Amino acid sequence: MMEAIDKKDITVLFAGDSGDGMQLTGTQFTQTSALHGNDVSTFPNFPAEIRAPQGTVAGVSGFQLKFGNHKIFTPGDACDVLVAMNAAALKANLGKLKKGGQLIVNIDGFDKKNLRLAHMDADLDPLRDEVVAPYQLIKLDITKLTRETLAETSLGKKEVDRCKNMFVLGYVYWMYSRDLSSTITFLKEKFGKKPEILEANLKVLEAGYHFGDTNEEFTSRFKVDPAPLSAGRYRSVTGNQAAALGLVSAANVSGLELVYGSYPITPASDILHELAKHKRFGVKTIQAEDEIAAVCSAIGASFAGALAVTASSGPGIALKGEAIGLEAMLELPMVIVNVQRGGPSTGLPTKTEQADLLQALYGRNGECPVPVFAAATPVDCFNMAYLSAKVALEHMTPVFFLSDGYIANGSEPWKYPSKKDLTPIKFAFAKEANGDSFLPYKRNEDLVRPWAVPGTPGLEHRVGGLEKENETGNVSYVPENHEFMVKTRAAKVAAISKYLPKQEIESGDITAKTLVLGWGSTFGAIKTAVEKCCLDGDSVAHSHLRYIEPMPANMEEFIAGFEKILVPEINNGQLIKVLKAKFDAEFIPLNKIQGLPFTASEIEAKIKSIL
Amino acid sequence: MMEAESTVKYTAKDFASDQDVRWCPGCGDYSILKQVQAVLPEVGVKKEDVVFISGIGCSSRFPYYMNTYGMHSIHGRAPSVAMGLKVANPNLSVWVITGDGDALSIGGNHLIHALRRNIDMNVLLFNNEIYGLTKGQYSPTSPQGKLTKSSPLGSVDQPFNPLALCFGAGATFIGRAMDRDPKHLRTTLLEASKHVGTSLLEIYQNCNVFNDGAFFSMTEKDTKPKNVLFLEEGQPLVFGAEQEFGIRIDGFNPVVVNRADYSDDDLWIHNSADKGKAYMLTEMFEDPTQSDMPRPFGVFYKTDRPIYEKGVIAQIDNAKSKLGEGDLDELLQGKFTWDID
Repeated sequence: MMEAIDKKDITVLFAGDSGDGMQLTGTQFTQTSALHGNDVSTFPNFPAEIRAPQGTVAGVSGFQLKFGNHKIFTPGDACDVLVAMNAAALKANLGKLKKGGQLIVNIDGFDKKNLRLAHMDADLDPLRDEVVAPYQLIKLDITKLTRETLAETSLGKKEVDRCKNMFVLGYVYWMYSRDLSSTITFLKEKFGKKPEILEANLKVLEAGYHFGDTNEEFTSRFKVDPAPLSAGRYRSVTGNQAAALGLVSAANVSGLELVYGSYPITPASDILHELAKHKRFGVKTIQAEDEIAAVCSAIGASFAGALAVTASSGPGIALKGEAIGLEAMLELPMVIVNVQRGGPSTGLPTKTEQADLLQALYGRNGECPVPVFAAATPVDCFNMAYLSAKVALEHMTPVFFLSDGYIANGSEPWKYPSKKDLTPIKFAFAKEANGDSFLPYKRNEDLVRPWAVPGTPGLEHRVGGLEKENETGNVSYVPENHEFMVKTRAAKVAAISKYLPKQEIESGDITAKTLVLGWGSTFGAIKTAVEKCCLDGDSVAHSHLRYIEPMPANMEEFIAGFEKILVPEINNGQLIKVLKAKFDAEFIPLNKIQGLPFTASEIEAKIKSIL
Repeated sequence: MMEAESTVKYTAKDFASDQDVRWCPGCGDYSILKQVQAVLPEVGVKKEDVVFISGIGCSSRFPYYMNTYGMHSIHGRAPSVAMGLKVANPNLSVWVITGDGDALSIGGNHLIHALRRNIDMNVLLFNNEIYGLTKGQYSPTSPQGKLTKSSPLGSVDQPFNPLALCFGAGATFIGRAMDRDPKHLRTTLLEASKHVGTSLLEIYQNCNVFNDGAFFSMTEKDTKPKNVLFLEEGQPLVFGAEQEFGIRIDGFNPVVVNRADYSDDDLWIHNSADKGKAYMLTEMFEDPTQSDMPRPFGVFYKTDRPIYEKGVIAQIDNAKSKLGEGDLDELLQGKFTWDID
């Protein structure tokens, strides 16, 4: 057996037809790498169509992951390895492969039919020298090898061919000296009730591994050692899973039931799928008839005293706008999750974007401030979802929690907390009148009103969307009262800032006068770029904004410490508008609106150009 | 409703809030408010367990006048708010107050889905066949050709037949009452409140400002006997000033007959459990002044069917009893972990 070459990190892109099982291949490789002790970051990228026309470029599904022996913050810019299951996958992704990188192709996917479907010249060899010369080409007839492995099976041809991805996975496991056991366990669980399919998948997985071992043609084998992650016990988590767990945790810590009202929408549905599993925790999920019913059922649940949550993506949030205004007017707690995707309108449902920030901040009628928090990484979705629930409950307000398709579907190792590590959530239901009679809008020092839930004797009261009189909550059209109430609701939201962590430098040169200020899922690319610049001797720092409304109390002072502030966003410039309206500093935009996350090198290049 | 019974003896006054009622003088809503307040002590639920949820429109001001928990929500969405409320706390006695525009126009989607799910609540649909709060446009129940501010040449829209719509959506209780017959309204309200599941009660309500007299042919003394049929369980369908008319079923069609010509046994005997007959009752919807067929009032149909929120809770209870109460630390840990030293 040959000696494996040590590598610091590797970026692999599995690309194939939507039906080729590339997402499963990618998640399995991720899981195994994480178990091996590598740090990992992933980027699943798939078409909106469930089964887009087979063999076409539109139907290509990809799963990119970067794993390393050090901290990894992005799924990688260019790839070291590209697995292309067909011609369309090659056409769509060859540009992402590094010169000298390994190109693994399934030659069965390069016949004339596949070339035609990929709109490639059927008379030209797509793998001709001038195309593949810069790469190490590894040609495998995966279809044939899979069929040969399963020559004895009674499974049909279609089912046999469906095992192809296991051959690829087994082969790549061999290449990176990985252990098969985690995938074997996974397959046993997945196909436990279908022994024949299980056996076929296991056989092909092992065949792929052994093929690497025994075939002398292949010379390079690599090894990526575990990363020096801080000691502890880890698991792997996607952003949507983490958000769901954050919400369950907040309900559990506060002793409330979680009621989740939602309507299926990409890329938020996985939160519903995750929560629907956790009935033992008293999680009640409602799949409503539409987005409006979803948020309104959450309003009803919040009135009843549950931790109410609704989630969607931009188009659904647009439909929920009026109801979010009602919840803000009622001053009841709710978390509104927006897993952002490319817009406007239906936009790019399976692609990522950060273009709903202004919608979250301003997308309602009237003066309607609502706290807006955003997660930076898949793991951060746990923290921010938890904190959104905490702030909602402690300050009696709806809270927007922003995630996006990139971190929602991306995964990373998580040194998960235990219940005792979680920040306490301090709130109490009103049990008795706070005056001669119960005054539902009489506030405490943080301008927070009491939460009296139906079923509590003596505190019967009415709430509604009409402007209400201070303290009593009775309908009021008095002009001065309206102005007072509008300002009071705004002051209540503003008062949250003193409870938020201070804005700080995340990484980079703490004496720098140039800051890269990001929000949301740009975290990994910015951090990687800033660390790279600092290694080059540049003076630049990275800070990440998680609390956008209200901002941390020290924000003005913090901003004043820099001469130039670069604001990278996956939109046409939204946070920068807010920053320019609030602070007097030189803000420089960096925008990308392609439905894709930033690469670290794009940010690095921009930093170098402004230094 | 199946809420904990109250041991306190209430009177109608206990359910009246301290707010001045601000409907137009002469509005049919006053009568409905009075009957609801009067019937609640009979329903026998603790005051703190009663919640009124409304949408938007004249009738939707209703919760402000009830000394119970209440929410004046947004246009058309009261059934959705009520669904969340019941899922979170199934012990509450929830009453949805809505109108013909709120329930059948902007909120049509939520109404049909609430009925399909069979959430245990009472929906009172005040039908005045007009938009009152926006000052007089035709509604989805206004008769075709209705002259209003928004239809100066007459409305072109075909109106809904509300009870046929609700029946089609899978309602487990449908009934009809009117503001100007408080005694019958009260009885029907009580019937509706007893139903376990969604009860949908359509209440004809006179808007004396924008649609005065829309139902006078059915509510006023001189025309009511000929035009209105009151349904009574187990009794033949009879009407008229002297109860001189009856209804027979001829094939699949109801026909009006002289009672003198038939024995009562040959008439249609009301059975609110009969789905086929309930359908025929909802279709007795011609303008009674233009036909010999009267408009039915009372409980059309009721049946038992599993309740949505109970199903949701049963799954949770089942999961807990089978697998035990959830352990958060176990959940956070997940299935696969690895250690880094």
